[in-house]
Amino acid sequence: MTLSEKKQLQCTATKVRMGIIESTHGAKAGHPGGSLSAAEMFTYLYFKEMNIDPKNPKAENRDRFVLSKGHTAPGLYATLAYRGFFPVEDLPTLRHIDSYLQGHPNMNTVPGVDMSTGSLGQGISVAVGMALGAKHQNKDFRVYTLLGDGEIQEGQVWEACMAAAHYKLDNLVIVIDNNGLQIDGKIDDVMSPYPIVDKLSTFGFHTIAIDGHDFDAIERAMNEAKTVKGQPTAIVMKTVKGKDVSYMENQASWHGKAPNDEEYEIAMNELKAILAEQEGK
Amino acid sequence: MAEIKKVATRDAYGAALAKLGEEKKNLVVLDADLAGATKTSVFKKAFPERHFDCGIAEGNMICMAAGLSTTGLVPFASSFAMFAAGRAFEQVRNSIGYPHLNVKIGATHGGISVGEDGASHQCCEDFALMRSIPGMTVICPADGVEAEAAVRAAYEMDGPVYLRFGRLAIPQFHEEGFRFQIGKGEILKDGADVAIIANGLLVYEAIQAGQMLAEAGIEAMVINMATIKPLDEELVLAAAQKCGKVITCEEHSVIGGLGEAVSALLAEKLPTVVRRIGVNDEFGHSGPAVPLLKQFGLSADHIVEVAKELCK
Repeated sequence: MTLSEKKQLQCTATKVRMGIIESTHGAKAGHPGGSLSAAEMFTYLYFKEMNIDPKNPKAENRDRFVLSKGHTAPGLYATLAYRGFFPVEDLPTLRHIDSYLQGHPNMNTVPGVDMSTGSLGQGISVAVGMALGAKHQNKDFRVYTLLGDGEIQEGQVWEACMAAAHYKLDNLVIVIDNNGLQIDGKIDDVMSPYPIVDKLSTFGFHTIAIDGHDFDAIERAMNEAKTVKGQPTAIVMKTVKGKDVSYMENQASWHGKAPNDEEYEIAMNELKAILAEQEGK
Repeated sequence: MAEIKKVATRDAYGAALAKLGEEKKNLVVLDADLAGATKTSVFKKAFPERHFDCGIAEGNMICMAAGLSTTGLVPFASSFAMFAAGRAFEQVRNSIGYPHLNVKIGATHGGISVGEDGASHQCCEDFALMRSIPGMTVICPADGVEAEAAVRAAYEMDGPVYLRFGRLAIPQFHEEGFRFQIGKGEILKDGADVAIIANGLLVYEAIQAGQMLAEAGIEAMVINMATIKPLDEELVLAAAQKCGKVITCEEHSVIGGLGEAVSALLAEKLPTVVRRIGVNDEFGHSGPAVPLLKQFGLSADHIVEVAKELCK
């Protein structure tokens, strides 16, 4: 990607982060931490990688994205809004009674959401089914799914991994957001899923480990995934939970808590400063 | 009387899939290492490229079926009722029910007529579990012909359907060519003294009970209520109105199944005396299917007993 393209993506990722703060503040609830850690991945998928059209969100041959870690809906919603699937102004209605922006992704109410998720471990299985459906019908769309590193404690994730390798789903990319924290604390204190990359390799994935905040690395990984034949790809990205909001970074307590008015101001000011710097350079 | 043909509804399910698969190229089948027992192996033999074994991983299978359905395919996901409705309940609820996806769950080995395998495999809770999911259609056919027709009706309907089939070969009383209407009960015998509303293998028992009761001077109305949800409320109310007494019969716990669905409706709209015949809040155990059914009161004799008591 060109330097200006990268800067554009970086600015978008910061706007997505602002959308995450706007929506969780508006909701007085929600999950900012794991949404912020995946902002670059959300941005890259929807602004660079995937074949999608906000005007035709159900297009038959579009690429699919399943947010297996469904609680990070604020990250997905902010990305979809900035991509033009629905108005950015609606983000603060997240979780409000009668809002279409349900607390966890709902494919029947939110334009651009390909699968209703929220119960951990299920989204990856659905993505496997989608990828198998594409292969079976000789359709060339690709399927992407994002999982939390705590989520992979769910046994079903490994059932899905077995199936993805068994059916040689090289049209499937799973991304693990390795921010190292889950609700109860550090993932390796709660129930260590490590070594994640080795486990996925053993399960038959082509694995790529990257820095999840580096657009160049994300692009290289996504392009590499397209060259892999006969097996699915897993991208394990090291990230910072709560990234770019100083008081949220690396704090498990910000997994599922909304900023209050004062915290909202601080976060927005920090993000505005980052955006100004990104736009200025 | 000529010996009546006996067919297990699971066999009819396998045959129906293979037949329907011939016509409908978007029909795919998933199984969880039980293709031989659920009879999806019949479909697999005919269309190996459209049969996906998921191994012993029912939760993943249910969600894969959900994913497949979003690409325009019509998946039938199969396992034993215990695992399809029980083990994978939450996957069915969240990944099929909540998004209301077009997935059909073909669950075999329902009820205690599973027999020798015993309680771990004798699912008497599936109607209750599946009924509780908004938008889920729940069907339990009474014989092979109806099972085959129900598979077709489920395919033709857009939305999630749970179909329960049995392991035991049971009398086939429907005529070939029978057309299944989802949500419509079927009056098999008219009568005004007591309404017997049954599903699954209890329907044939109810027919026999109807004959035995007639000989004793009690005219029973016998209804096959294959669709548990949505319930044919009109028919239940009409039968209750006419007979004033209702008996429900199902190879399922008396908690949460047909009996409770009928009772709830009548309690609200037309308070009527009801007796529920089913498994009485207990686990099954090992044994040959037919003696087991008798032991648990899932027989014509027991229906007659309850009806006579009610009509005293």
